Amino acid sequence: MKKKLVSLLLVCIMAMMSLVGCGTKKPAVATQTPENQGKVLNIYCWNTEFQDRFEYFKKSGKLPADMKVNFIVTPSANNAYQNALDAALLKQDSAAADDKIDLFLVEADYALKYVNSDYSIDVINDVGLTKEDVAGQYQYTKDIVTNTSGVQKGVTWQATPGLFAYRRSIAKEVLGTDDPVKVQAALNGWTAFDAVAVKANKLGYKMLSGYDDSYRTFSNNMAAPWVDKNNKIVVDANLMKWVDQTKTYTDKSYNNKTSLWDTTWAKDQGPTGKVFGFFYSTWGINFTLLGNSLATPTTEGGKAEVGNGIFGDYAVCAGPQSYYWGGTWICAAKGTDDLPVIKDLMYTMTCDSATLKSITTDTQDYTNNVAAMKEIAASSFKSDFLGGQNHIALFSEVAPKIDMSKISPYDQGLNESFQNAFHDYFNGKVEIGVALDNFYKSAIEKYPNLSR
Amino acid sequence: MMKKKSKLVSYAKWGYIFLIPFFVTYLIFSLIPLVSTFYNSFFENYMVGLMKVGPKFIGIDNYKAVFLHSELLTYLKNTLIIWAMGFIPQIFFSLLLAAWFTDLKLRLKTGAFKTIIYMPNLIMAAAFSMLFFAMFSDSGPVNNLLTYLGLPSYRFLSEVAGTRGLIAFLNFLMWFGNTTIILMAAIMGIDGSLFEAARIDGANSWQTFKRITMPLIKPILAYVLITSLIGGIQMFDVPQILTNGEGNPNRTSMTAMMYLNKHLFSKNYGMAGAVSVILFIITCILSIFVFKFITNDPDKIKVKKKKKGGSL
Repeated sequence: MKKKLVSLLLVCIMAMMSLVGCGTKKPAVATQTPENQGKVLNIYCWNTEFQDRFEYFKKSGKLPADMKVNFIVTPSANNAYQNALDAALLKQDSAAADDKIDLFLVEADYALKYVNSDYSIDVINDVGLTKEDVAGQYQYTKDIVTNTSGVQKGVTWQATPGLFAYRRSIAKEVLGTDDPVKVQAALNGWTAFDAVAVKANKLGYKMLSGYDDSYRTFSNNMAAPWVDKNNKIVVDANLMKWVDQTKTYTDKSYNNKTSLWDTTWAKDQGPTGKVFGFFYSTWGINFTLLGNSLATPTTEGGKAEVGNGIFGDYAVCAGPQSYYWGGTWICAAKGTDDLPVIKDLMYTMTCDSATLKSITTDTQDYTNNVAAMKEIAASSFKSDFLGGQNHIALFSEVAPKIDMSKISPYDQGLNESFQNAFHDYFNGKVEIGVALDNFYKSAIEKYPNLSR
Repeated sequence: MMKKKSKLVSYAKWGYIFLIPFFVTYLIFSLIPLVSTFYNSFFENYMVGLMKVGPKFIGIDNYKAVFLHSELLTYLKNTLIIWAMGFIPQIFFSLLLAAWFTDLKLRLKTGAFKTIIYMPNLIMAAAFSMLFFAMFSDSGPVNNLLTYLGLPSYRFLSEVAGTRGLIAFLNFLMWFGNTTIILMAAIMGIDGSLFEAARIDGANSWQTFKRITMPLIKPILAYVLITSLIGGIQMFDVPQILTNGEGNPNRTSMTAMMYLNKHLFSKNYGMAGAVSVILFIITCILSIFVFKFITNDPDKIKVKKKKKGGSL
């Protein structure tokens, strides 16, 4: 009898619990009904960079107070971000108004894929920016997001010329100077760069941290896009130059055998690092390098100031070959119900020179306004993190030279596969031909429409 | 006639009624996907970014592509090697621990042990792999320790033996507790009088283990082997995370499921379907083979014993 009572009790509890479950779920569903239309801004992105920049839009006071902003963050490694975004975009038409994507961010590596689709909308005719609004932006930042019929589908707040960030203290030891102009003279061209690598090695330093560091300088200077008209993958001769250089650097231990973004790579940028320098882009200075250089991270109460780790020991120069890396474009998604807010956001963050100037002076990021950047370049602005250098002056020289005519929608997937396949070769595990085979295998698995 | 029927209460129908939820779930979540996998494998159907290609009926072209142009067999071999590297120590330690824990002479207090050895299985495989990825990275704690001890550092995840070894070790750690508990249950199910009789006859621990425990837990061993083999063929999360989905170095730790996952990357339902069907068939064959092989054995052993007994 007792047992029966207990089991009855258990059944009752279970039934109640399931009912309670329903009870709490129901109101949650109710809040998602589209009664408060246009009050939710859904933003797809792959890291927190835009979230930080979004504060500037909040400060401008144009964000409606009752607007709910959702950042849906998916890291971009292994195309995870694109896959998540694609899946969401394909459901865009059937999604409830507040669940629709309003804004999404794209990178240069795959911008074309979205720009040439119907899922992104015209920033001039649909969103409502004027040609005059975007006139101050770097031309290449507009070209890259312009589709085949000449419609501009995105805007960005940054221009991203590539750079070489070196350690002042190590440069002094190796080259006898830490002056950016003189260091640039010593690093001008790959022959000079290699010569410095030899010198640095003799003094116990590594020229680069890992295999992929110099990759972008080669891949941005390819003679043709990754994929030709017949959907055939073309491995550019310049990429094989990267393979040869990196193999030499690895065998002679001019690098530390790390991979991009791994923990050893990040550690190499910090106080214990023995690496001469890192290829980076403008955003990398504040978003990655600064954090990695500190002995006590800001999350543990450290301050971003001289004395904490090697803050102030870096300086930047153009490096052996001009290139660009990354850059984040803001696209409005088809079907969004928040166009007025999106217009304000795009204007404030990419056209308003006052906002762009304050982003640059606050965060050292290089922003997308030719005149404003020239102004800062000519001013007495200096970066404490870069030991008092006015790096904006350097970038305003190299930014107009950026050439993105060789990009393809496949860049991210193919670059990742290529780098990864050749790690085995650098590690001495396979011959160069096998590495190339592995690259093709991985590439065709990713993109079945391509051929060797 | 009518009265007679109403008097007979049929309980059988309740059996069917209570089975309905299982069959409905099985139909929706297992059978329909299974059949649709077969169906999909005959189509060219994939996504390139936002562009959809297919579905177009192409007969057995996907199977041809798998057999002629892919290295599924290599990946299957990788899978089996890594599985065996984990399973052999697993069955060894599980048998040893199960024998010790159930041995009445040793009088071990096993409660805490049973919990501890089962612990690794409670951690998500993904989390466990992330932990190992960090621990065995080039500048991780393990390499720091090696350097501290004056040993040369070892780039675990750049070496074939290192990577396969770590995957096998993780699988071993995660599953040996589970196997131990199953084997303990099997051993405890053996009639105690058999052990007693053996002891009276003067058999030592090894003889008891070999002649009584082992033959009697054969069916359970078969069960462990089959489940582990099927689980092994589906090995995915540990190598996927440990090698970043690439099966480094030189695709030597790429398992069959990781290869399947590569096709899902581009939503290539056709190729993924073909690979799945092949894996399904292989799993079936292996299961039947192993099951037949092992479940037949106890009878043979009995026969042998009788013969031996007869000759003595």
